[in-house]
Amino acid sequence: MVLTINGKRREVYVSAEISLLNVLRDELGLTGTKYGCGEGACGACTVHIDGKPVHSCITSAGSSVGKAVVTIEGLEKNGVLHPVQEAFLQSDPLQCSYCASGMVMSAISLLNQNSSPSDAEIVAAMNGNICRCGTYPNIIKTIKLAANLLNNK
Amino acid sequence: MMESKDMEMPFEMDRRKFFRLFGGGLAVVFVFQDVLAFAEGTEAGLVGPVPADQVGAWIHIAEDGTINVFTGKVEVGQNIRTSLSQQVAEELHVPMSSVKMIMGDTDLVPADFGTVGSRSTPQMGTQLRKAAATARQALLEMAAGLWGVDVSSLKTDAGAVSDPQSGKKMSYGQLTKGRQILMPVSEQVAFINAADWKVAGKTMPKVNGRSFITGEHKYVSDMVLPGMLYARVLRPPAYGARLVNADLSAAKSIPGAVVLQEGNFIGVAAPTLETADKAIAAVKPNWETSKQPSGAELFDYLVRNTTNQNKEKAADGLQAIDGAEMKLDATYTVDYIAHVPLEPRAALAQWNDGKLTVWTGTQRPFGVQDHLAAEFNISKEKVRVIVPDTGSGYGGKHSAEAASEAARLARASGKPVKLVWTRKEEFTWAYFRPAGVIKVSSAFNKNGEIKAWRFDNYNSGNAGLDTQYRIARKEIAYHPSRTPLKQGSYRGLASTANVFARESHIADMARMTGMDQLVYRLKNLDDPRLKAVLEAAAKSFGWNSGKRMEGRGYGIACGFEKGGYVATCAEVAIGADRSVEIVRLTAAFECGAIVNPHHLENQILGAIVQGLGGALFERIDFEEGKILNASLSAYRVPRFKDVPGIDIVMINRVDLPSAGAGEAPIVGVAPAIRNAILEASGIGLKTLPLLPSGKLA
Ligand code: FES
Ligand code: FES
Repeated sequence: MVLTINGKRREVYVSAEISLLNVLRDELGLTGTKYGCGEGACGACTVHIDGKPVHSCITSAGSSVGKAVVTIEGLEKNGVLHPVQEAFLQSDPLQCSYCASGMVMSAISLLNQNSSPSDAEIVAAMNGNICRCGTYPNIIKTIKLAANLLNNK
Repeated sequence: MMESKDMEMPFEMDRRKFFRLFGGGLAVVFVFQDVLAFAEGTEAGLVGPVPADQVGAWIHIAEDGTINVFTGKVEVGQNIRTSLSQQVAEELHVPMSSVKMIMGDTDLVPADFGTVGSRSTPQMGTQLRKAAATARQALLEMAAGLWGVDVSSLKTDAGAVSDPQSGKKMSYGQLTKGRQILMPVSEQVAFINAADWKVAGKTMPKVNGRSFITGEHKYVSDMVLPGMLYARVLRPPAYGARLVNADLSAAKSIPGAVVLQEGNFIGVAAPTLETADKAIAAVKPNWETSKQPSGAELFDYLVRNTTNQNKEKAADGLQAIDGAEMKLDATYTVDYIAHVPLEPRAALAQWNDGKLTVWTGTQRPFGVQDHLAAEFNISKEKVRVIVPDTGSGYGGKHSAEAASEAARLARASGKPVKLVWTRKEEFTWAYFRPAGVIKVSSAFNKNGEIKAWRFDNYNSGNAGLDTQYRIARKEIAYHPSRTPLKQGSYRGLASTANVFARESHIADMARMTGMDQLVYRLKNLDDPRLKAVLEAAAKSFGWNSGKRMEGRGYGIACGFEKGGYVATCAEVAIGADRSVEIVRLTAAFECGAIVNPHHLENQILGAIVQGLGGALFERIDFEEGKILNASLSAYRVPRFKDVPGIDIVMINRVDLPSAGAGEAPIVGVAPAIRNAILEASGIGLKTLPLLPSGKLA
């Protein structure tokens, strides 16, 4: 099947029901997207499909055909980080950072819909993303910084 | 200072081999305290021949000026890659960017007992500072010798030695060029006071931070080798199940699948994960299960099955209890909880000419090396364990399961094999924080004075067992039990349980005497560091200011662990439906001189948030040896919504050595919340988790 990942046409030979997460990681080497639970409960595997955040672990590869898939690897443009990545870099909120790519992808979706979210809106939008290292308050600050960076661009 | 002839010490670790591996230059090696103490009597106080396995770490200044620091510690999110670099950069007077940390690779770094018990900062940090200071002193002396001037007239800055008088300047790399100098750490060397730190003591960004934000960093679970196979392992249906036999024929007929049975172990490896999943599902095993305990009987079981003799003595009681005005007996229970590292156990194993290399996320690379050497009956030199920066551990990744399983399958298939545990496997077959039963009896007077204290802990462990309060007579015992589930280390070890029981009990005693929880503690404490954190937390929290709002309560608790002192205050609100909301938490923490304020704050925050889960709702449910909630949808961990306002007060004691911070801040959370519920409702809860349903009964 043919998938569109980060703006590129990628041909993979897998069965349609295999998860998008597996295809990204094992077939295409895009390992920035992480496995954390395999059941849509942790957000580590979040990618964008046609601009919407989805859990790639419970999304079949087949259902992604013909849609635009964006992963963490697709954010950087000509060596310039996405402003949300830049905010994560500047405010350095994380510990082990295993949750980072899911957090960044979810935060981008949130900010696409709401350019100046309140704390409560951030909490509601991000609640599906687990950071087991417990850095949530830092991530909230980081998303606010990201909102500033985006709004002042 | 030592002359150059002294520098060339007869280390058993082969000097030539060292420089062949790492290139020429200057290397400073340090060894653990006890070895130094042993060597004290030798010539000039210098280290004699030191067995290579007792060398603690080394710093190597390469000919190009790169500062390579070799340590067996690993990075699991505590950001020691950054904080240790800061300390080296500080002492050596080099920019952070020229320090390279080589961590957790058993072929390259000296043996280490593991990244456990918050020892990295107090031990590794201090020793690396000494090593760096020794190196700087040696570089100064080399330049002084070269230029024929006095050492004291020279300066070091930005990786170079200069002579302000003559204007001469040489970089560290130029100075060490063509040399092969190996020297021990000087115990006498002066290092920079924390009060004068310029690089250490400051907030510095995570050194390799960018690679995590772009997804570029390769955790073990992300790694790939040419020809690599993906593995799955057959798991028993319950604890204690025995494999009678298995029909492997269907699995073996799947093209590409390698199927291995060795005793109770059955695993498969295949070119894709999908094929591996199919193959493992095709295995037809026959299991024989045996009777196993269930969660419902856990606490009785632990008390009944103690494995030591202290149990008999427990009946004696405390004589002094009779002489006191008040008495309180209570039993506290603590459930099993899981670490749930977001990256599950993972290993990539490869055999090459009888040598095994395993990349795996572990807090104990040398422990895993020992395990693998023993399991495969090969010498340790034939096992290399490499730990890339890992998706956390919290004390939960000390063991070698995934490494051993991947290595077996790699040997059987003759190819590199990667095994990433599923979340279910991580929940079921890793190990848990021990469950425990803690019985406390105390006798005290109305004026608050504590006469007697008896504290019996069944199964949780020793850490934090003793009490910090002034008590005339105490009897404290730990009774190990037969554990129904596999248990092991956890953040703060048994302190999470012991401090919960102790601080809950103290709050109940204070209440019985009509005294304020804080006043009662201060009255019965002597340790100034503990009192200081209590006072700091209370002040920032506003403990004494005014009346509580209707339905609200305040609670406080304190403890210390591994050189870190913590006091936590909590405010809770109880709703009309008996639901409990954690309104806010304040923690005051002191662990000596602060190395990196931002990363310290992160560590404290992380410990508090993790502590919230264990305090409120985390619990492993099991029945007949089966884990019933082995998934992230069934086992609740703290999420964004669960986090109250958190206020952190850090006390910087630049006059005290830096200690680790990964553990102590967790211990105050549960008892502070519990004691706040006590104040708000009069209910003194005695179980961890406190509120699995979110409501008071
Ligand atoms: S791995 Fe997809 S949500 Fe957890
Ligand atoms: S930083 Fe470790 S899971 Fe978020």
